[in-house]
Amino acid sequence: MLSLSGITKRFGTLAANDAISLEVSKGEIHALLGENGAGKSTLVKILYGALAPDEGEIRWKGKSVRFANPAAARAAGIGMVFQHFSLFDALTVAENVALALPGDRKLSDIAKTLADVSKQYGLPLDPQAQIGDLSAGERQRVEIIRCLLANPELIIMDEPTSVLTPQEADALFETLRKLRAEGRSILYISHKLEEVRALCESATILRHGKVVGTCDPRETSKADLAAMMVGAGVADIRAATDDRAIGERALVVNGLSTQPASPFATALKDISFAVRHGTISAIAGIAGNGQSELFACLSGETLMQDASTILLFGQPAGTTGINERRRAGAAFVSEERLGHGAAPTLSLTDNVVLTRTAADPEMTTRGFVRRSRARSIRETICEAFDVRRGSPDPAAGSLSGGNLQKFIVGREIGRVPDLIIIDQPTWGVDAGAAQNIRQTLIDSAENGTAILVISQDLDEIFEIADEIAVLFEGRLSPFVPVKDTNREQIGLLMGGEGFEPSNTGQLNPLNTDANEPAAGGGHAASA
Amino acid sequence: MQLQLEHRVTPSFRMMLLSPLIAVGLTLATGAIIFASLGKDPLAGLYFFFFEPLTVWWSFEEVLVKMTPLALIAAGLTICFLANVWNIGAEGQFIFGAIIGAILPVLFPELQGYYVLPIMLLMGFLGGMAYGLVPALFKVRFGANEILTSLMLVYVAELFLDWLVRGPWRNPGGLNFPETRQFHEFASMPIIGDDRLNIGFLIAVAVSILLFVFLTRTFSGFGVRLSGNAPKAAKFAGFDRNKTTYFVLGLSGALAGLAGIIEVAGPIDQLRPAISPGYGFTAIIVAFLGRLNPIGTLVAAFVLSITYIGGESAQITIGVTDKITRVFQGILLFYVLACDTLIVYRLRLRRATPPAMDGSNPQEASS
Amino acid sequence: MTPEIIVAVTVTIMTAATPLLLAAIGELVVERSGVLNLGVEGMMIIGAIAGFAGALSSGSAYIGILAAMIAAMALASLFALLVLAMAANQVATGLSITLLGLGLSGLIGQAYIGQPGVQLPKLDVPGLSDLPIVGPLLLSHDILLYASFAITAGVFWFLFKTRAGLILRAVGDNHSSAHAIGYPVLLVRFLAILFGGACAGLAGAYLSLSYTLQWVEGMSAGRGWIALALVVFASWRPFRVVAGAYLFGAVLILQFHAQAAGVQIPSQFLSALPYVATILVLILISRNRKLVQMNTPACLGQPFVADK
Repeated sequence: MLSLSGITKRFGTLAANDAISLEVSKGEIHALLGENGAGKSTLVKILYGALAPDEGEIRWKGKSVRFANPAAARAAGIGMVFQHFSLFDALTVAENVALALPGDRKLSDIAKTLADVSKQYGLPLDPQAQIGDLSAGERQRVEIIRCLLANPELIIMDEPTSVLTPQEADALFETLRKLRAEGRSILYISHKLEEVRALCESATILRHGKVVGTCDPRETSKADLAAMMVGAGVADIRAATDDRAIGERALVVNGLSTQPASPFATALKDISFAVRHGTISAIAGIAGNGQSELFACLSGETLMQDASTILLFGQPAGTTGINERRRAGAAFVSEERLGHGAAPTLSLTDNVVLTRTAADPEMTTRGFVRRSRARSIRETICEAFDVRRGSPDPAAGSLSGGNLQKFIVGREIGRVPDLIIIDQPTWGVDAGAAQNIRQTLIDSAENGTAILVISQDLDEIFEIADEIAVLFEGRLSPFVPVKDTNREQIGLLMGGEGFEPSNTGQLNPLNTDANEPAAGGGHAASA
Repeated sequence: MQLQLEHRVTPSFRMMLLSPLIAVGLTLATGAIIFASLGKDPLAGLYFFFFEPLTVWWSFEEVLVKMTPLALIAAGLTICFLANVWNIGAEGQFIFGAIIGAILPVLFPELQGYYVLPIMLLMGFLGGMAYGLVPALFKVRFGANEILTSLMLVYVAELFLDWLVRGPWRNPGGLNFPETRQFHEFASMPIIGDDRLNIGFLIAVAVSILLFVFLTRTFSGFGVRLSGNAPKAAKFAGFDRNKTTYFVLGLSGALAGLAGIIEVAGPIDQLRPAISPGYGFTAIIVAFLGRLNPIGTLVAAFVLSITYIGGESAQITIGVTDKITRVFQGILLFYVLACDTLIVYRLRLRRATPPAMDGSNPQEASS
Repeated sequence: MTPEIIVAVTVTIMTAATPLLLAAIGELVVERSGVLNLGVEGMMIIGAIAGFAGALSSGSAYIGILAAMIAAMALASLFALLVLAMAANQVATGLSITLLGLGLSGLIGQAYIGQPGVQLPKLDVPGLSDLPIVGPLLLSHDILLYASFAITAGVFWFLFKTRAGLILRAVGDNHSSAHAIGYPVLLVRFLAILFGGACAGLAGAYLSLSYTLQWVEGMSAGRGWIALALVVFASWRPFRVVAGAYLFGAVLILQFHAQAAGVQIPSQFLSALPYVATILVLILISRNRKLVQMNTPACLGQPFVADK
């Protein structure tokens, strides 16, 4: 069906793809496995006509081809479902679908076909809905349907489950198996070993832009797959000891509610919780359920009406800004690294100044920045956290995702804060750096720091957290100890089961029996 | 062949220094073409326009006189543009500062003493600041785009000045000319040159240096740069976007207002319907040519000032209209912006179609 | 007021509104594609002088219109070169185009100061144009006034009823997505900028061939900037631009009539009215931040560089 041989793509001196070869046969779900930065995205962009390879050959249905652009790839029968959705927020579902189809079909006609296809594959959608109002799961359905309407013989799916609850992911797998049964091939890109083993019958594993192995994932152990994907050398995390001291409440949130700041933002509804010294509390949830809004409230980038809504180390802090909260002993790591946690075009030294000035009296004298101090802090961070850089003081934007995140986490942890609030600690970070960061968080908790992790990665949460809550449409479930719950239950909460559908902010008691139908329904993945 | 932009990993330092020079070079080349198309000898045109003003002291002094308002306004605009706040109404702030600063010598000519000029400068500064804070207020409170509001206020200020000098402020002892009384000696800028060069020039140089230090050495200056560069990161560092908007618009307005009062208390010595040959707009070009760096704008103000004097000189010597000055200024900004692209991007020529792959024949590929 | 006066006033409002409508509808398309073009004022004035000069040298106002469009599109191409091919800052580039346009028009216009212009003929419908009220209001205008409405309707049809319009809106909403599914972002924007330039040229031609009939330096007098404000006022919807342009036409005319009626207000204050009105309108419309946020093309002002 599809065969790639010797595909090479260089960006400057870096070979993002180095002589990659790969075979996908008809009616097969083929996994392209590799961690962040292994070259998966570059490869599929080449295959889909969005990038031109420097070397190598693509054979499609036995013929050598080169797609000048994505439209040519689509015309040849190759469809793609993007990881970062290529949808248009201001347009309707039907318009979004129409944009990916050849130009001779009427919009009303498309809307009708859309309804048919969505019924056929169990992907319910309203053609007239505006994309900006849809959840991440619904947007993915639009992407999939848009892809299917072109009747592709090969479908490329780039990390499709990263925005889904476990239950939604199961429903997606059903859809994919249905597609396979129709004789379509699927190139399934992922770094999640479990789902690849559950879904795919063959796999190509990439590391540092090279193919390091091919296998049948159903007959390969998870450990072997991981070893191929990551290479040797990533140690397991050392879990926190059980006999550490659990201390006072470092952060208390009482009935926090907000108005949405923009048309597509989420309002927070009556959120209450506490984080104690010496523990890691984690908030799970699908992207877009209020995580960034909650982070902004906790950091002080969004201020509260009432100071007592947020207590920091026992003191009302709801109306104090981010720098006062830093001076009180809190540290913050935002989800967005470039442009929020760090200024991409500024040097690392400047990025030290960015957050370390407020709580460090030695950083400034009468308003003038002492750059020598910023430079020495930069060196300390880079050495302690093994930040790899091309020159001593490069622009933050030139660091790889993993190294930049190590730098940012190091910058905040290096202060030895009493409370750390960290949003998506290892998103888009390679396995080695991720382990490093997680271990750092565990070690800090053992030393008495209170840690709040906001994450969409359930694996990560179950690996490091002491207790878990779920954020859904701006509401937060109660925290439960990690040993009293499981992925299934958390997954249901992430899909909205157990939350009242009304706006009262009331929350049903957590269902301990996962099979019991949840009150109110929410929008469960029904396939 | 196809021209393509490729993002540089780190901005090119060499291009940062070179790009204004390339822009000036391209402007000179284009200028030669324009002179030729006007039927003039291109080399003579360029000589009289760009170099002759520097050859004799009196015109060189005039270059320094005209560079004073440009440097002051541009230093303020630099701070604005760095913060990604687009004040294009400096011309209005210049006029309004001049009006407020002129209150003492026009309405209270009986007040005489060394205290008058400092108060006038302060009032001009504050007047320009107030006028600059208007679009800031509209932006912060109502979200109104500062580009459009600040520009509209230019027209309003021009008409207000026109009304003043034709109406209530008209010189009672004049012959019905639309102008105020001449400023008395205590209301005039002390001269430091032979003719019209006054201490305003020194003020402009000092302000530029101060702003340079502010931007590069202080935490607040860091905040200004950050809020334009990465607004969310600026908020993360504790800088309030609204306060920054007020600060940069207020400061740039104040410096434009200061330039305004220095101009009317200096070379002009009275208020007239037109007190600026577009300094507020030319200063935008100065700010960009100076690479948004207050020391750079000092140099750039010198260059742009030459185009004013050169326009006059070329009109007299080779008989081209001084309208050509504005054309050169527009072209210069155009080239500066084009060259700035080279700092962040690398220009690449590449073949439109990738080279053929081994083992594939074109017919097969197209089927 | 007699009906005749009301009709006469309405007709003058129409003539004052037409250049605003022409320029704003062009800019609306440009902004819908994600580009903020602050060069409207410059393109308009270059259109005014090119139209004036073209008409005078050929003797035909229609040749003048053509010349105005070509000149403004040439300036628009320069703008496009910088903001599209070189990904330059759109605000600064727009300003440079406006400064260049003002300078060039002054240079070219030197030779035309004081010369009589060529009047764009009225397209009278024999018999019908003499009808009372309906005649002067609807049937006795020049081609550009009719064109302003035709273009507005055409833009509406294009944006919301055609696939090309859908693509243009998509490019303005999310250029990365549009690129990812294979649309030529820069080409779409280039065409939009050319269209915006042509419209600004028409607006300029209207000023010098119909509204004023002579060349006056700086005769666009901020109309290009007002057109930019109108696009915001209209929240990027074509027919609301008509309403905005006619509202501003009325404000522009009001000052003349107030002066003629002997209102005891200094003329400068009346002349400032359109500019003050622009500020007020911007404030009023921007206060409703949700409305503006919902309607602003999401990519407005952001340069696009494909990662090839």
